[in-house]
Amino acid sequence: MSDIGFVRTEMLPEKDPPASEVGVIGWVRHNLFSSWLNAILTVLSIGAIYYVLSGVLPWIFQSVWNADSLSECREIMKGTWESTHGHACWGVIRERWLQLLFGFYPNHLYWRPILALVLLLAALSPILFSDKVSSKMLILTTAYPFIMPFLMWGGTIWGPVCAALGFVIGFLIIKHAAAAIGELWAMIAGVVAALIWWFILAGPVAGALSSVLPIGIEAVQSRQFGGFMLAIMLGVVAIGVSLPIGIVLALGRQSDLIIVKYICVGFIEFIRGVPLITLLFVASLLLNIFLPPGTNFDIILRVMIMMTLFSAAYMAEVIRGGLAALPRGQYEGADSLGLNYWQAQRLIIMPQALKISIPGIVSTFIGIFKDTTLVSIIGLFDVIGLASAIRADTAWNGIYWELFAFIAVLFFVVCFSMSRYSMYLERKLKTDHR
Amino acid sequence: MKKSVILGAMTFAGLAAGAASAGTLDDVKARGKLNCGVTTGLVGFAAPNANGEWEGFDVAVCRAVAAAVLGDSNAVEFVPTTGKTRFTALASGEIDMLARNTTWTFSRDVDLKFEFVGVNYYDGQGFMVPKELGVSSAKELDGATVCIQTGTTTELNLADFFRSNNISYEPVPIETNAEAQQQYLAGACDVYTTDASGLAATRATFDDPSGHVILPEIISKEPLGPLVRHGDHEWGDVVRWSLNALVAAEELGITSANLGEMAAGTENPEINRLLGTEGTLGEMLGLSADWAKNAIAAQGNYGEIFAKNIGEDTPVGLARGLNAQWTEGGLLYAPPFR
Repeated sequence: MSDIGFVRTEMLPEKDPPASEVGVIGWVRHNLFSSWLNAILTVLSIGAIYYVLSGVLPWIFQSVWNADSLSECREIMKGTWESTHGHACWGVIRERWLQLLFGFYPNHLYWRPILALVLLLAALSPILFSDKVSSKMLILTTAYPFIMPFLMWGGTIWGPVCAALGFVIGFLIIKHAAAAIGELWAMIAGVVAALIWWFILAGPVAGALSSVLPIGIEAVQSRQFGGFMLAIMLGVVAIGVSLPIGIVLALGRQSDLIIVKYICVGFIEFIRGVPLITLLFVASLLLNIFLPPGTNFDIILRVMIMMTLFSAAYMAEVIRGGLAALPRGQYEGADSLGLNYWQAQRLIIMPQALKISIPGIVSTFIGIFKDTTLVSIIGLFDVIGLASAIRADTAWNGIYWELFAFIAVLFFVVCFSMSRYSMYLERKLKTDHR
Repeated sequence: MKKSVILGAMTFAGLAAGAASAGTLDDVKARGKLNCGVTTGLVGFAAPNANGEWEGFDVAVCRAVAAAVLGDSNAVEFVPTTGKTRFTALASGEIDMLARNTTWTFSRDVDLKFEFVGVNYYDGQGFMVPKELGVSSAKELDGATVCIQTGTTTELNLADFFRSNNISYEPVPIETNAEAQQQYLAGACDVYTTDASGLAATRATFDDPSGHVILPEIISKEPLGPLVRHGDHEWGDVVRWSLNALVAAEELGITSANLGEMAAGTENPEINRLLGTEGTLGEMLGLSADWAKNAIAAQGNYGEIFAKNIGEDTPVGLARGLNAQWTEGGLLYAPPFR
């Protein structure tokens, strides 16, 4: 008997997993070559990607920046690569990018649309990131609808101020008259007073104020608006205004008040039954014939109204989908708490319905933003319209893909950010009832 | 402020729509700007440059009229119009005149209630084919696929031409000239047809222009000219004679270079009448005596405008052809200034 025994007294150190299972190699094995079929598909996909990139990358990077015309571009290409095929001529973008972004907006006033954009982001931040940004910023959000037109169109400051005063007047009447004459009558009186102010008094008052105290900045004509700036402006207005209108329409459609209900149904079905392009033609052509000669009903304002109505109808249906998805118990729960209709909507129904509708709402936003390019058909110079105008310049006639590539990048940046934000919002609001 | 205008406008729309406004000439003078409808972009005829200033052959007509009426060739608000919006824009008064390579036809003149005041470019529809097709006449195009812009007179002319020659074709409908270029180069169609000026401009942009031929047949008459609303003859006269002044200036040898010298007075009484040193032509139009001098000073005479925008030294490279003076075998014939 020997008492030699082998007893391990300490644990072996942990070994690294086999090299084929971790790191890059492991990942590749698991994800790309886990079976013969997957391996074949992977090879084919890499081949396809290589084929596309081998065409696109040289086009993008072996390109000409310093040229003032297409023919100059071609000469440089011939000199450098002995062929004009497969090389982009970015000279057109270098020469015209400011025009593509701002249209014919006066050069020395570019700071105004830029400031308007920065303020827009600031004004949106308390809404978009309510948990990170102080709610004091909401003051800016409230003021923004009046700051933006002032910055963009310029002119006297009293126009936007008087427009804002209408809301203040309406609000004060609703707030203080409610005790005296009841809530409904106070609401009606407030709206009527605001309308009287806007349509009858505001014009002369603004005129008088600006003659007494001429504060203002250089005015810019609507005709000079254009480029991507126009797309953003139309998109922001249509998006910002259509959401509240859409909510009201969706609620109206579910209302028990029969007239309200059928007005909403009629509006939604009418607008959804007509292509946007038809509405734009109505805005640009039909209104011209109905209005008396010499009337100057701003074309951009007309287009904004039409696009807003159009997206509001779609928005209403998206939100109605959210409302329909709520269990009946939520409504009954709200009733049992003794909340009135508006309180129930604000505190119980809408937060849930809107959360459900986020993907649909953002899809509508992205859709209407891209639809802004349709205005090129009625002669407004948005990016697409400018692209054809640039091609009509003798220097750049014949250029095609470079302009559209640039426009595609611009739109992608904006639409992709909207899409990512909606995913962030969905994650943030996720309460996991699924 | 704007809203009150809108509401007022809406309310009185019905009442006021029928009432004619004061003469366009007075409106333009009061406004201090000419609203001129142009195309949203056509090579050589109208396009904004990198600074956003409009340039081109049609644009020059607008500038000449503005110079004649207001004395300032920059006092023009260019309103871009598409093929679909142009006539409504003019009829509704959004623009004072339209200079947008628009073909003068009977129905536009009579039925649409416009007044074509003259012709600034005599065009015609032609065909372009790749050289390797080996076609030398449009009559050999039996069975060809043809790229054609929809909704234009060219589409109708094409159908007429093929039917009267008893040959068949297959149309490839396209929307814009830029799209047509791409389709044609990609081989989606054998033939591209549009106005001959457009064909020349398009061919000039090709990588290898010599690989394509423009066939000799011109199958239609396309007199392009500025137009105004029917019924305002004072304004029509102003535009008509501003255009005529440009044409007459070339015939009489007045150029932007010698304009100052000529305006000081010459031996030729017609030049003197035109430039306002003799007679009262300006007064008759309701303009200043030097109206024609201003119009010519804007961009030069007709020949100079042509050479600068679409002539043989430009990439568009059009020959004068029908657009030469009548003394040189063309159709330009300005009535006498007397």
